[in-house]
Amino acid sequence: MSDKKKLKREQIIQCSLELFASNGFYSTTIPDIAKSLKMSVGNIYNYFKSKDILANEIIKYISAYLGEKLKEINEEDISTKEKTRKIVEMYFKTASLKPEMIDYFLRIYLSNREVFRDTCEGMLCVNEFVTEIMIYFEEGVKCGDLREQDFFSAFGLFMGYLGGMVFLKGENILPKDLNDYIEDITFNIYKALSSE
Amino acid sequence: MRQKMRILWLSAISCNGNTHSFLNYPYMEQFLEDFEFIYHPVIDSKYLLQDIVSKEIACDILLIEGAISKEYKRADVSVVQIIEKYSKIVQKIVTVGTCATFGGIFRESGYENTSGMHFDQEKQIENFKHLLDKTISISGCPIHPEVLVNTLYSIKKSVTLKLDKYLRPKEFYAYTVHNGCTRNEYFEYKVDNHNFGELEGCMFYEHGCQAPFTHGSCNKILWNEVNSKTRAGVPCMGCTEPSFPRQNLFSTKKNMAIPEHLPVGVNKRVYLTLAGITKAFKIQRLEKKLFDD
Repeated sequence: MSDKKKLKREQIIQCSLELFASNGFYSTTIPDIAKSLKMSVGNIYNYFKSKDILANEIIKYISAYLGEKLKEINEEDISTKEKTRKIVEMYFKTASLKPEMIDYFLRIYLSNREVFRDTCEGMLCVNEFVTEIMIYFEEGVKCGDLREQDFFSAFGLFMGYLGGMVFLKGENILPKDLNDYIEDITFNIYKALSSE
Repeated sequence: MRQKMRILWLSAISCNGNTHSFLNYPYMEQFLEDFEFIYHPVIDSKYLLQDIVSKEIACDILLIEGAISKEYKRADVSVVQIIEKYSKIVQKIVTVGTCATFGGIFRESGYENTSGMHFDQEKQIENFKHLLDKTISISGCPIHPEVLVNTLYSIKKSVTLKLDKYLRPKEFYAYTVHNGCTRNEYFEYKVDNHNFGELEGCMFYEHGCQAPFTHGSCNKILWNEVNSKTRAGVPCMGCTEPSFPRQNLFSTKKNMAIPEHLPVGVNKRVYLTLAGITKAFKIQRLEKKLFDD
């Protein structure tokens, strides 16, 4: 794929991601996306054969973006507690600067499973993100900071908590800014996972 | 008559498991036409151990079984002294088994500074350093009889064996025990689903199998020409490795679901990515019994 095509492909992903996240998957059509990008409908189909395929590619795009951010944190030579804080910070920062990414994950990916069932089975489309979370847990247990436990009980605690907070923020229920919760949330997560 | 190669089989701190494993070599008659033992713990030989330690009997290959400590004596002479004496006259020295090579389970014995001949687990030691060029290591608990015999024939035929960093012949130890395992399909798709002794399932994920990071030919050169641990439904216990024996041999040590020891040479990130993909497969054929379904 040429650089120009790559760029165009990413523009379509970014634009449709925003539209899906704010208007919902079924209320957003390919003509809506085409209009917003000033492209022809036919040309969009040159890049993505169907709306479902586009939806699948978007979740992979988000997973790769968050996975890369997590990888940077995992590779830092800092304590598991510091890593925990940085992951919380990074997640909330993404929710503030790129709210469409977290919204897409919560409101499209998790809420429209029928769209993702066939090609995104299991963790297939969120692999990069989950891999880095696994490495964070594994290294935490290995160095003795975190308690050994089932992966999903730890994963659910961490990501469910963060997702829940962003969801509350999105519903305008949170009285304070997300950043004001970083300290307490880091403390709670670390205390729950720690081996102490 | 052809000249037979003369072998001294010297037992140090040992359970004699290698002695017994060697007796399972299926072509022993042929072997004894080409080699003779000047001394062996259980096979009739020309000399008594007392003769071996008090005189210098002509010999071509020195085999050492068991861990070594200068405190440990055979016929009232330190094994270190016996090794020093015979190492001067033999062409080659072969450490037979994991104890003689790395110290093995007898590192835990009460004798002072017990180790393998050249290695204390992974660490190369100072003792016998001048004999490094003469030594070949055949690790295993016990040794595979064919690996030992084939090595001895290589010495007889003056074939130069390429050795790994622990002096083990690459011909037998460049592979992992995973190579040739009949359960590879279960490994590939991450199906553990195993009960000990049964045909189905991979034992790497839950049952402690060390085959993907253990060097040896167990699944290429079968035991008693028919079987291997993993084929019989028991995990590989990593018996050829310097770290043998680890603890909890029947369960996989994991940190939050990730095996602590990954297949040799595989990067953790790549392993997890691949694992995530293969876990998405649901292959009914591999979830069922192979025969009695």
